[in-house]
Amino acid sequence: MRGFTIATALEALDKREITASWLFDTCANAITTHDGTLNSFITPTLEQGRAHAKAADDARAQGKTGPLLGIPLGIKDLFCTTGVRTTAASRILGDFVPPYESTVTQNLLDAGAVFAGKTNLDEFAMGSGNLTSAFGPVQNPWKRTGSEAALVPGGSSGGSAAAVAGGLVLGATGTDTGGSIRQPASFCGIVGMKPTYGRCSRFGTIAFASSLDQAGPMTRDVTDSAIMLGAMAGFDPRDSTSVDRAVPDYRAALERGVRGMRVGIPKEYHAPGMSPEIEALWTQGIDWLRAEGAEIVDVSLPHTKYGLPTYYIVALAEASSNLARYDGVRFGKRVPAETLDALYEATRAAGFGAEVRRRVLLGTYVLSAGYYDAYYLRAQKVRTLIQRDFLSAFENVDVLLTPTAPSAAFATNEVPDDPVQMYLNDIFTVPASMAGVPAISVPAGLDGQGLPLGLQLIGKFFDEETLYAAARVLERSAGFTHVPALWAGAAA
Amino acid sequence: MSGYRIEGSTGLWEIVVGLEVHAQVISQAKLFSGASASYGGEPNTHVSLIDAGFPGMLPVLNAECVAQAVRTGLGLNAEINLFSRFDRKNYFYADLPTGYQISQFAHPIIGTGTVEIELADGTVRHIGVTRLHLEQDAGKSMHDQDPTRSFIDLNRAGVALMEIVSEPDIRSPEEAGAYLRKLRQILRYLGTCDGNMEEGSMRADVNVSVRKPGEEFRTRCEIKNVNSIRFVMQAIEVEAARQIEVWESGGTVDQETRLFDSARGETRSLRSKEDAHDYRYFPDPDLLPLVIEQPWIDALKAALPELPEAKRARLEAEYGITRYESGVLTVEQAVADFYETVARDADARLATNWILGDFFAALNRTGRSIENSPVSAQALRELLGLISDQTINGKIAKDVLEIMVETGEAPLQIVDREGLRQVTDTGAIDAAIADILAANADKVAEYRSGKDKLFGFFVGQTMKAMKGKANPAMVNDALKKQLAE
Amino acid sequence: MPLDAQTVRRIARLARIGVADDELVPLGHELDGIIGWVEQLGEVDVDGVPPMIGTGLAMPRLREDAVTDGNRREDVLSNAPDRVDAYFTVPKVVE
Ligand SMILES: [Mg+2]
Ligand SMILES: [Zn+2]
Repeated sequence: MRGFTIATALEALDKREITASWLFDTCANAITTHDGTLNSFITPTLEQGRAHAKAADDARAQGKTGPLLGIPLGIKDLFCTTGVRTTAASRILGDFVPPYESTVTQNLLDAGAVFAGKTNLDEFAMGSGNLTSAFGPVQNPWKRTGSEAALVPGGSSGGSAAAVAGGLVLGATGTDTGGSIRQPASFCGIVGMKPTYGRCSRFGTIAFASSLDQAGPMTRDVTDSAIMLGAMAGFDPRDSTSVDRAVPDYRAALERGVRGMRVGIPKEYHAPGMSPEIEALWTQGIDWLRAEGAEIVDVSLPHTKYGLPTYYIVALAEASSNLARYDGVRFGKRVPAETLDALYEATRAAGFGAEVRRRVLLGTYVLSAGYYDAYYLRAQKVRTLIQRDFLSAFENVDVLLTPTAPSAAFATNEVPDDPVQMYLNDIFTVPASMAGVPAISVPAGLDGQGLPLGLQLIGKFFDEETLYAAARVLERSAGFTHVPALWAGAAA
Repeated sequence: MSGYRIEGSTGLWEIVVGLEVHAQVISQAKLFSGASASYGGEPNTHVSLIDAGFPGMLPVLNAECVAQAVRTGLGLNAEINLFSRFDRKNYFYADLPTGYQISQFAHPIIGTGTVEIELADGTVRHIGVTRLHLEQDAGKSMHDQDPTRSFIDLNRAGVALMEIVSEPDIRSPEEAGAYLRKLRQILRYLGTCDGNMEEGSMRADVNVSVRKPGEEFRTRCEIKNVNSIRFVMQAIEVEAARQIEVWESGGTVDQETRLFDSARGETRSLRSKEDAHDYRYFPDPDLLPLVIEQPWIDALKAALPELPEAKRARLEAEYGITRYESGVLTVEQAVADFYETVARDADARLATNWILGDFFAALNRTGRSIENSPVSAQALRELLGLISDQTINGKIAKDVLEIMVETGEAPLQIVDREGLRQVTDTGAIDAAIADILAANADKVAEYRSGKDKLFGFFVGQTMKAMKGKANPAMVNDALKKQLAE
Repeated sequence: MPLDAQTVRRIARLARIGVADDELVPLGHELDGIIGWVEQLGEVDVDGVPPMIGTGLAMPRLREDAVTDGNRREDVLSNAPDRVDAYFTVPKVVE
């Protein structure tokens, strides 16, 4: 639904210019038309969605309201949804149908949202290109100028990003462990917000790395992001890491502007080999904020280069343990065998893809006897240093501005063989995840080949409001109105 | 030091034992979920999706389980750690739904403490407690229902356990038994674990090694999940004998996990060595460190019940009973409470003798426990009151107790209905004695010529004549008087 | 330290992921590349630095001791790949 954003659709719904059913059917048609190409959905739920859209119309007719009443959304297939197959894009979950609803999706349902289906992702959210899904890769709706080559949407929330960018839904949920909301948002030209760790409940969301996983909204614009986060966020007593803190009115912060805001530019983010286009866009972003009255401050985050290796140790250690429950006994896929251990080994060999296997083995290794201190314990200490970098930077500045990713979307055949090269995609997003601070990616321009590039703003703990205010300024200044190839050809 | 030694072919051996006791915490709900922690239940009913390890499910710590651990720590005179933490112990097993057990490995909630034990010969020893930590129980596998499959019931999965680890201070099977009995007693007094070993709410892993006296420790073996005190003592004996034989035949004992087979009276290796455990402990990222505060601990401490040692000392001082008697009367809190209800402001000696004697005998005979005793403490107290105020004599009281046990009637009601009141009428006693002396002139003559022993015969005859109801002291006095005439 | 086939086999065994014999060496190379890369953390001075636990934001939280869950056997068993009556099953475990 390229024509509407969440905010404009809500306005039209309230004015009775459109109905939720019409809005949903429009999305459903777009899904039917385009998802054969994009593969952004694993399990569309069009029938259930239609019923919910109808219910939303009825509710509105009875004078009821809701912050997302009647808005069609995509749900990353990592959020458990009652009665709807939830796969984490893994074979190992088989036809798992949760008898429970994740807190985040329940919050969205309570806000009146209508789910169009479960979106594709990297298997167990492990990847940066949406290439590891057991349900096949997702295609980015964007194409390079003059090229038909399919590009990756980024990962792991690539299905959500592609569905939003392609206009198949008005917004979608993502989860971000080391950049899985922000990097695909950058690749697909949309807004992706990773809130402060503890802002959105993890209850009912399939875990990758518990100390890092955080849900967030993926939307067409900054305003929609603020609306959607307001509905997703909140304290949840069922998640011990959820923070008991009121959810502010994010939308009210949108037009605060950046006058007097101190914006830090971390010098370590000038990564060697970064493309001049991204370097230029970053400079452009600095100029935009300065022009609106922000004060630009050079800062240093000295442990930045250790972010990625630290992340891989911590995240993979936690993942190796979190994924132990997929054993073929209580739910999911099972490969029968003669003995219990043979059943485990056969089930997990057949059920996990190559990248998940690689990560579980690495996580097992770094925790194993004799290596714990050298790897895991050391990484958690370095993580403290990384967090301290941010805390001391935030003594002087209100936000940090950086590029979101070191490149634009790439083609499947350009994926490096070396996993470490692939991991470098997350180089700018991982540090904020390690520190637990919020960060948002805003589409800021196109590269020379016509592909979107994002800028990232990183904020203080629980200061999503300042992020939204600054993001809105970037958005306005960039005037990003480009549309993906999917729409350029079609009747936009 | 204990003198327990085992004689081998190369000389005397000493055994070294440490116990890891898993005690189920008394609580309504499980350690990290709201499912019921109660025993039994249809299979897989006391199970939440958290216990079953479903995707996205998260643990939230039960406050009462923490309080129970702290109470237990206080009862063991142990350090209470204001900071503790939950770690994951990673391993795969059929009854472990998440693939890890949440336990407190690096930072237990309770540090070092001590348990005082008393042996049969009166020796007192102090067994060190290394630590106490909270952890989850596993589910149950059943192997007998199907030829090719084991069945899994997760009702127990996630129930809170306290693992109480002793120092390797135990030197004999007897000490192990005494330690477990004492620990169970303390837990039951505290109300933190019911100590029911049949239902598995208390089980022990037994670490056994042997050495020549004065030597360093040798390799130990862990005997897993022994579920009675008797079996623990047996397992230590047979495992020590096995190890001695290994050493003496020139072999070496391998550190391994073993199982005690009570039917065969032997231990055997449980898991092969190649499958060495590597639990990959790390802090559970789903849980924050557990931080507790001193005032909360102080409040728990203030509300703690009187514990066995303190109670013993007090009972000895207040009721003038012996160390042996105080031991028996405080085995269970309910017994001590019963005793005090009977003995308070009464003839404590009489109460002690009656409870340890006739009353315990009646309990044994009827197979009842103190909690469902056929005679209430109040009723027993009344009965003994009837002795003290001379309404009945001790002999008659025994008969009355029998009737009380059978019918549950109040003692005075029985006494009145059966006409058992003691006869204190000196006239009636004198008359009865006169008759007996007249009928036994020969015996009177023998008595008077110095055969003192016959006095008992006259007492017996008099009591018999008075259907046992005469006041024994008055019978004695009157007999002495008449025989002296 | 290179990850030889034996090490890979040991880790795979710990993780209960079946790995074919002919995969052990290539997998070892792959893992070794990543391990070599993360080892750059060895150069960071972490003396006296506490390891991070959580992100230091949430307050420790305790639940009241009340039965609020359970008695949902069908929910618990409805996804079981092999169930018999009210039980999950596994291949027979011999102890
Ligand atoms: Mg043990
Ligand atoms: Zn244990």
